[in-house]
Amino acid sequence: MTMSSLRISILMWLSLTVIFGGLYPALVTGISKAIFPAQATGSLIRDEAVRVVGSRLVGQEFSDPDYFWGRLSATVPMPYNAASSSGSNYGPNNDDLMKTVQARVKALHDADPGNESDVPVDLVTASASGLDPDISIAAARYQAARVARLRGLTEKDIDDLITKNTQPRAFGVLGEPVVNVLMLNLDIHRKAAHATGGKR
Amino acid sequence: MNMSFNDALQIFLYFLVLFVCVKPLGIFMSRVYQGERTFLSGALGWLEKGIYKISGVNPEEEMTWKAYAWHVTIFSTVCFAALYAILRLQAGLPFNPEKMAGLSPDLAFNTAASFTTNTNWQAYGGETTMSYLTQMAGLGVQNFISAAVGMAVMASFIRSFVRKNSGTIGNFWADMVRGLVYILLPLSFVLALVLVGQGVVQTFGSSVEAHLLDPLKTSAHVVNTQTIAVGPAASQVSIKQLGTNGGGFFNVNSAHPLENPTALSNFLEMLAILLIPAACCYAFGHMVGDTRQGWAILAVMTIICLPLLIFCYGQEQGGNPRLAALGHIEQRQGIYQSGGNMEGKEDRFGVVNSAIWATTTTAASNGSVNSMHDSYTSLGGLVPMLMMQFSEIIYGGVGCGLYGMLVYALITVFIAGLMVGRTPEYLGKKIQAYEIKMSSVVLLVPLFCTLLGAAVAVLTSAGQAGPFNTGAHGFSEILYGFSSAGNNNGSAFAGLGADTPFYNEVLGISMLLSRFWCMLPVLAIAGSLSAKNAVPPSAGTLPTHTPLFIFLLTGVVLMVGVLTYVPALALGPLADYFQTLHSIHQG
Repeated sequence: MTMSSLRISILMWLSLTVIFGGLYPALVTGISKAIFPAQATGSLIRDEAVRVVGSRLVGQEFSDPDYFWGRLSATVPMPYNAASSSGSNYGPNNDDLMKTVQARVKALHDADPGNESDVPVDLVTASASGLDPDISIAAARYQAARVARLRGLTEKDIDDLITKNTQPRAFGVLGEPVVNVLMLNLDIHRKAAHATGGKR
Repeated sequence: MNMSFNDALQIFLYFLVLFVCVKPLGIFMSRVYQGERTFLSGALGWLEKGIYKISGVNPEEEMTWKAYAWHVTIFSTVCFAALYAILRLQAGLPFNPEKMAGLSPDLAFNTAASFTTNTNWQAYGGETTMSYLTQMAGLGVQNFISAAVGMAVMASFIRSFVRKNSGTIGNFWADMVRGLVYILLPLSFVLALVLVGQGVVQTFGSSVEAHLLDPLKTSAHVVNTQTIAVGPAASQVSIKQLGTNGGGFFNVNSAHPLENPTALSNFLEMLAILLIPAACCYAFGHMVGDTRQGWAILAVMTIICLPLLIFCYGQEQGGNPRLAALGHIEQRQGIYQSGGNMEGKEDRFGVVNSAIWATTTTAASNGSVNSMHDSYTSLGGLVPMLMMQFSEIIYGGVGCGLYGMLVYALITVFIAGLMVGRTPEYLGKKIQAYEIKMSSVVLLVPLFCTLLGAAVAVLTSAGQAGPFNTGAHGFSEILYGFSSAGNNNGSAFAGLGADTPFYNEVLGISMLLSRFWCMLPVLAIAGSLSAKNAVPPSAGTLPTHTPLFIFLLTGVVLMVGVLTYVPALALGPLADYFQTLHSIHQG
């Protein structure tokens, strides 16, 4: 019984590996390429020179005050390292978490000293993936006046761009409404470049 | 606790859609495991027959429980060895565009044990460790196989209630191949394509270089580009969700925006976690000819799961009390933000979808995550840990969740029988000393692996080196890790530095023991029940579909299953909770 069982097992493993490890992913890849070519390759965004400037779905680090900032990212060795996703894994009572949060609150205040409102929590905490492309609408509104001032744009301009880049709940129910930070900043970059004759 | 209307609606919709799917899928699964023709027989019959032909299997051959168990063991050993070899040798194998090196012996052992036991504990980061070939032909194949093996054992176990005076419980190869071809393959295929439509990546191309809009200025240099890891993810994500595997393509699993990009992809991936485990209940009722039996089991699972889910949600939505104490931070929920404890959570999911996922992924032995459980509040994080300590029977793994719960049903009729001094029966079969002895093994092995493993870890310097956080939360990380391996879940408090020889070996052994020393006694019970004649129900028979039985079974699961862990939980999450209060008090 041992030998026949072993022979069947090996042949079974081989045939299942060909079907489920080879044909199945190849078929999914082939069909995806045909019907969802953009999504299958990572929802990439290209500029006028057809250069990849990012993925619609993957966040990027923004630290200049004239851009909207995203979530904190705990990836190493630099934030938003999309080759090695990671959360912070700080426990809720970890003193280092408190230090990181306090430093972020301070950085936000330093970038916009006149802003006295409380900081939305998602702006001072690290996302699960370290690659969260989004912020809450509250987090976008918190930063709107700062970006408008530094960019020489009206708050109305900025509000319109926030609305344009807001993803509502799916079917009005599922998930949370969010603002895509990279797409928003790309729009602001274009608008500002247009307004100042292409400085940046 | 306040729950917003929309959050309540999302939880309601989740269970509504799940329960709507239970009956049609359950009937379909029942037909598949009874070898009947289904609407897929025409389209996929050739594949089933082809696999039998190549491997030299006669699907009609009936097996005793010993023969069945033997084939399970030999086949699992072959799968383990093959996966171990692929992991060690991947550097020299094709489809390795990122030039990943072979794994160390201990990490390869741990990963091979993890994926052949349907645990999918990951002591590695997918995008930094595994080649595309390893992901597809190594890990992906085991996602399918380990799920189908669990479902096969379940089918044989259910059969043993139906058969009378028979020495056999079915054919392992036929049970496994039918589950693969008719249930797992079509569902995974459809889900994978929908997920790609939502933005889950699926390509054989290598990683992408993006030019940053706002270059990153570090003290040493300026970073102008972002390297985005991609790969054939969708085909693997769909089966890891459906097969209660849970091993992510990327390190952060379904928190990664290329593995779970939208609210809709999240809903479908969450649905896939409980879909087959819940449908197994209906399939069980259908196969034994009394669907009320299946609903009763499903009711017990839901009665335990739902309150804990709502508790977890409440804790997370309440936010982190220490952040509240810092001031200047808005954690309250409003129309413009989900608020709550957002450390380790993604904005597109918010608190409610993180809590649903965390609870269901640990209730089912899935273990995938869309948020980082390590960063949950002390009591919020207690919920996923507790769900695993229920021995993965609250929905549980595909197949193994149901057979685990049925073992608890046997214990329940036994305890009820003791109360009235009658020989207990379940579904017309007398439950005697042999069945109860084997059931006790099933109950005790995961407990033993969890508590003994955690005890060894806290007593040795190699184990003490693991936790990333300090104090009670560090102990929680260890306890969570052993609960995960000892119950074949696979989720982690990911701060635990688990890629060390100590953790790789001890957790690997723990996963193997827990999987096979639960599966073998279950098959032994199946053999014994199958050989018995049926006894007609009498006035003294305890009906097993009534609210009374649901109440009894829930009680037994709570008392026998989880009470054992209370002392350990007091040292971990509960102590962590009080430490947090203390820190705030100290200012």
